[in-house]
Amino acid sequence: MPVIEARSLDLTFETGDGPVHALRDVTLDIAKGSFVSFIGPSGCGKTTFLRCIAALEHPTGGSLTVNGMTPDEARRARAYGYVFQAAGLYPWRTIGGNIALPLEIMGFSKAEQKERVTRVLDLVELSGFEKKFPWQLSGGMQQRASIARALAFDADILLMDEPFGALDEIVRDRLNEELLRLWARTEKTIAFVTHSIPEAVYLSTHIVVMSPRPGRITDVIESPLPKDRPLDIRDTPEFIEIAHRVREGLRAGYEE
Amino acid sequence: MARCRELFGCALGYVDHWVNLVSNDGLSGHSLAASKGMNTASGTPPVIKIRAMWPRWLRLPPVLGMVCALIAIWYVAVVPMNVKEVLTAAERAGVEISPPSAVERRDMGNWALVLRNPGALGQSWSSDRPKLPAPHQVLVELYDSTIDEELNGRRGIVRSGTLSNRSLIHHAIITLNATFLGFLIGTALGVTLAIGIVHSRVMDMSVMPWAIVSQTIPIVALAPMIIVVLYSIGVQGIIPKAVISAYLSFFPVVVGMVKGLRAPDAMQMDLMRTYSASTPSVLWKLRLPSSVPYLFASLKIAIAASLVGAIVGELPVQQGGLGARMLAGSYYGQTAQIWAALLMAAALAAVLVWVTGWLERRTLRRMGIRP
Repeated sequence: MPVIEARSLDLTFETGDGPVHALRDVTLDIAKGSFVSFIGPSGCGKTTFLRCIAALEHPTGGSLTVNGMTPDEARRARAYGYVFQAAGLYPWRTIGGNIALPLEIMGFSKAEQKERVTRVLDLVELSGFEKKFPWQLSGGMQQRASIARALAFDADILLMDEPFGALDEIVRDRLNEELLRLWARTEKTIAFVTHSIPEAVYLSTHIVVMSPRPGRITDVIESPLPKDRPLDIRDTPEFIEIAHRVREGLRAGYEE
Repeated sequence: MARCRELFGCALGYVDHWVNLVSNDGLSGHSLAASKGMNTASGTPPVIKIRAMWPRWLRLPPVLGMVCALIAIWYVAVVPMNVKEVLTAAERAGVEISPPSAVERRDMGNWALVLRNPGALGQSWSSDRPKLPAPHQVLVELYDSTIDEELNGRRGIVRSGTLSNRSLIHHAIITLNATFLGFLIGTALGVTLAIGIVHSRVMDMSVMPWAIVSQTIPIVALAPMIIVVLYSIGVQGIIPKAVISAYLSFFPVVVGMVKGLRAPDAMQMDLMRTYSASTPSVLWKLRLPSSVPYLFASLKIAIAASLVGAIVGELPVQQGGLGARMLAGSYYGQTAQIWAALLMAAALAAVLVWVTGWLERRTLRRMGIRP
């Protein structure tokens, strides 16, 4: 059974200039344990779709279930962790304090909080930075801390909205590698929004290509790449072929 | 806020990089080495230190220049302000004054009298009951009514063991008590109203306009009524003064706190939603900490407004306090006494605002936020 199931999902925003079709007829299944990337130009609804899964936006048509529940129920059941484009750490809390924030809100005991903070810091390779304040960390480290914060309460689903979009290429490569390792260790289902083709191909088991006005899915590509992916894999013919297919899909979406 | 942090982080990164680069090459320049040392020692980012390289004492000359200019203007203004009394006194002492008729002099302009009698103005800066006392007369009065009164006065602290009720220190403490009580009430009221306004649309629509209207009524007109109304229900003493203080000080706190509680951006609010955080959780863990810088900015205004409120509240009551001193001075034509009380009030306000600023810096540093 898929973890996330969307059936002809529609979302129309009413704006001052008339209705905007953010999503139209989006049908998609995300299987447990898969890594699905959403790629497309700005305004194609990839972030909106992610926000629908998180119950931060409410679809105006179609159906959407997360873990067999409505998105709102899933949110209340703490089914997912969400990573935003900016790290958004609280400047008045230490890194450890920031990661403990969802745990405090969700009522974990002090001992459990401490144990989990240590564990997820280790998972994102930030051990030893618990007592530091956010401004003492680089952008990449801050984003890793924000991933740790999303992992802290052990939700099965990780929703990531262009988490590395603001980082430079080198840091990004390293975080991509780390993210794959983390995914292999935790076996979470990850939905990942990006506009980088290499990033999408490198990370995903499935690549969802979207196009704008109205936002819709134009192609879903299943990656034949093995689960174990060194960075060099980006130079193999298979990789280049998938990247090519994604590019074609994006172009097709524009020409329609 | 997030963007600001990014920028800052970026700048920090650059400077660090720069410093490393330079020191690795063995070229470590003086200013760079200094900023690096400060950075690692205190954990303060070097960006701030670069601004602090402008030495503090260089800010002093403009301030001192301003003060000197004001005092000079004051000394000059003393002459035309007191000219009629000074000329009358000189005439009694046998000096020839032009014009000789007091009636004629009464209808003449002050500057004209000054220009016609340049030789008879010697007493301008030392007259007994001046309209405008000279700065040194005010300072003498200030000294007499504080240090001298306490050290040598019959009722001073040295002879009687308690503060003299004729000394400005005694009156300043009375005013300060009302100020603090009013400030506490005003701040508590302001924060409570702001929390209500942020969480309830009804309160936002209903309370805010009244809060604004309340500040358009001149406090001098309202203060006696507050005192009379409270007296008629048996409340007197410090409470009515504190109420007037609170009336003036709650407003900046409301405005600042509403802005502060709304400071978290959409992303930070979304993050709380993904945790299904309750409204009190959001308030406690996100809104209140975000509002602290705004709160302190408001508190600086509020503490000064509280002092003004307490002084205004003391005018009609005449049971001690700087306000009572000022009014008494005007009843008995003791202008130096009014000015001394004024200076005392100004000094108190400066100290109160400075203490609030100090608390602000301390709190923000303890919260890990760079001031």
